[in-house]
Amino acid sequence: MLMPDFDFLFFAEVLVGGLLAGVMYSLVAIGFVLIYKTSHVLNFAQGSMVLLAALTFVSLLERGVPFWASLLLSLAVMVLLGLAVERTVLRPLVNKPPITLFMATLGLSYVIEGVAQLVWGTQVHGLDLGIDDKPFEVAGILISKFDLVAAGIAAAMVALLTGFFRYTRIGLAFRAAADDQLAAFAVGLRLPRIWAATWVAAGVVSLVAGLLWGARLGVQFSLSFVVLKALPVLVLGGFDSILGAIVGGLLIGAGEKLSEVYIGPFFGGGIESWFAYVIALMFLLVRPAGLFGRKLVEKA
Amino acid sequence: MMNPNASRFPAWLGPVALLAVAYGVLPIVGSSYLFEAILTPFLALSLAAVGLNLLTGYAGQVSLGSAAFMAVGAFAAYNFNLRLPGLPLLMSLVLAGFVATALGVVFGLPSLRLRGFYLAVSTLAAQFFVQWALTKFSWFSNNNPSGVIDAPSLSIFGLSFDSSIGRYLFALTIVVVLAWLAQRLVNTQTGHNFIAVRDNELAAKVIGVPVLRTKLLAFAISSFVIGVAGALWAFAYLRTVEPAGFNLDRSFQVVFIIIIGGLASIRGAFFGAALLVVFPLILSRLGSFLLGDHFDSGVLDMTQHIVLGALIIFFLIAEPDGLVALWDRLKKRLLPIPNNP
Repeated sequence: MLMPDFDFLFFAEVLVGGLLAGVMYSLVAIGFVLIYKTSHVLNFAQGSMVLLAALTFVSLLERGVPFWASLLLSLAVMVLLGLAVERTVLRPLVNKPPITLFMATLGLSYVIEGVAQLVWGTQVHGLDLGIDDKPFEVAGILISKFDLVAAGIAAAMVALLTGFFRYTRIGLAFRAAADDQLAAFAVGLRLPRIWAATWVAAGVVSLVAGLLWGARLGVQFSLSFVVLKALPVLVLGGFDSILGAIVGGLLIGAGEKLSEVYIGPFFGGGIESWFAYVIALMFLLVRPAGLFGRKLVEKA
Repeated sequence: MMNPNASRFPAWLGPVALLAVAYGVLPIVGSSYLFEAILTPFLALSLAAVGLNLLTGYAGQVSLGSAAFMAVGAFAAYNFNLRLPGLPLLMSLVLAGFVATALGVVFGLPSLRLRGFYLAVSTLAAQFFVQWALTKFSWFSNNNPSGVIDAPSLSIFGLSFDSSIGRYLFALTIVVVLAWLAQRLVNTQTGHNFIAVRDNELAAKVIGVPVLRTKLLAFAISSFVIGVAGALWAFAYLRTVEPAGFNLDRSFQVVFIIIIGGLASIRGAFFGAALLVVFPLILSRLGSFLLGDHFDSGVLDMTQHIVLGALIIFFLIAEPDGLVALWDRLKKRLLPIPNNP
C-alpha cells in the first residue's frame, strides 16, 4: 500500500468523501432497522417509500405549495402509508414466517412505486433544498458542505431516535416488542399499534432520506435503488442495530470509495454496483453475527 | 406430481393428456403469436421457476439472483456455440448449465454460514456482479459494440427448429425433460434432504443429513436448471442475448412466479409462469379497451406494477400455497372421490 508516490492527502480526501457518502447509506438503513427491530420484517419497500416521499414532496413544491406545507403534506402521506400497510399487509400476515413477510414487502414495493409514479409521473425532478454544495477546505482536504449537512441531519435523527427509544413510554414499548413479541403481548402491549407506529417512523425516516438523496441524485425512479445500497450496510451492521447501521454505513461508504479509487482501475471501473456486497460478505465470513447484530438473528 | 387420491383416474393420465395437447394439438391449432408471445416465454420462465423452486421452495434457501444465473446460462451457451464450432447445440446448452452450476456453487458458499434474509441479500451480489461482468468485458458478447447479439439458429442433427412452432417444440422438449427430472429428484433421498434442511437445519443434522453438502447441491442443481432456462429465454424466445434482459426485475419475476404458483411444487412453477406471462397481455388489452387512447405504455407499466404487487400480497394472505393449492381444491370439487379416505 505504501507506494513511493502514495498521496496521503488524496487518500484522506477519498476516505472522508466515502465516510460522508456512507452516512447517506445509513440514513436509508436506519429505516430498515426500525421496522426489523419491532416486527422482524425486512422491509424491501423501504426504497420505494424513499421514492414516494421525495416524489410527493418535490411534486407538491413544483405545483406551488410552500416548502413547509409540502413537507407536512408529504409527512402526512408517509404516516397514512404506514398505517395502511399495518392494516392491509402486516395484520393479515401476522405469525407468518419472516420470509413470507419479506415477500409481501417485495410486492408492496411494486405497489408503492407504481402508485407514486402513476400519480406524480415518471419524469426526473431536480430538488434544491437550499443547501449549497460548494466544497470547502479543511486541513488541505476538500469536503462537500452538502455531505456535511446530511451527516449532521443523520446524526440529529439518530440522537432523536435514541432518545425516543430510551426515554419515552412508547419507546419503551418498542423495545419490549423488539425484545420479545410474545412477552410484550402478554403484558398487554398492543402490538398492532406498535407496528403501525414503527412503520410511520420508518416513513418519516424515509422522507428525510428521500429529501437528501433526492437533492443529491434528482428525484426519479432510480431513487428507489438506494435500497440496494442499504442492504449490504444492513448485512454488515446487523438488521436490528441502529448503531450497526451507522457504523456499517461508514465502513461500506469508505470501503466502496477507496476500492473504487485504488482497486477499481484494475477491473476497468464501475465496480461500485457489487463491491459493497463483497465487503459485507467477506466480513461476514469472519464474523457471521455482523457487527452489532444479536447472535440469535436467523443466521447460525 | 398428482395426488393419487385426488381422482378416479390413474395418476399418469393427467401428464400424458397434457403432453398430448402440448405436442399434438397446440402445434396444429396455435397461431405464431401464441407461440412467440405466450408459450415460449412461458416455458422458459417456468423452467427458471422450477430451478428456483428446487432451491427456495424445497431447500429453503431464498435467492434473489435467479436472473444472474439465467444470464450466465445464456451467455455461456452463446460462447460455447460460437467458440467451439461443430459442438452440437444441445451440448452447448448442457455445458452452459454446468457453467451456471459452477457459479451457483460459488455464490451458494455464503449459505454455509448465512441464513434467511442475510442469505437472500447476499445472493444479490451474484445479480450485480454477473450483470457488471457481462457488460464490462466485451469478450462475453464477442466484442459486439452494442452488447446485443443474435442467438444462433436452433438446429439439432440437421433438423431446424427456427420457425415459431419449432422454437416452441424445442423449448417444450427441454422443459419437459428437466421438469420431469426435477420431479423425480424431489422424491429421492436428495429431495428429502432438501426438505429436511429447509424445515429444521438442526434436526436435519441430527438425523444425519449432510447439511452443507445438501445446501451446495441445491444451489448447484437449481443453477443448472436456471442456466438452461436462461439459454432458452435468449435462444428460443428473444433470439438475442443481452445482459439488460436479465436484471433484478427478472429475478423478482421468477420469485413472484414461485410464490403465486406455489412454493415447493414443480407444477406450481408452471401455474405461476402462466399467470405472469398472460396477465400483462390481458391487462394491456383490458386497458386499451376500457380507456382507449389514454392508456399509454407508461401508464400500463405502472398499472402492471401495482396489480402485480397487490397480487403478490393477496396471494400471500389468501392463498399462501399458491395457485397449485387452488387448483387441487378445484379438482377435488369437480372430481369427487367416492370411497377413498
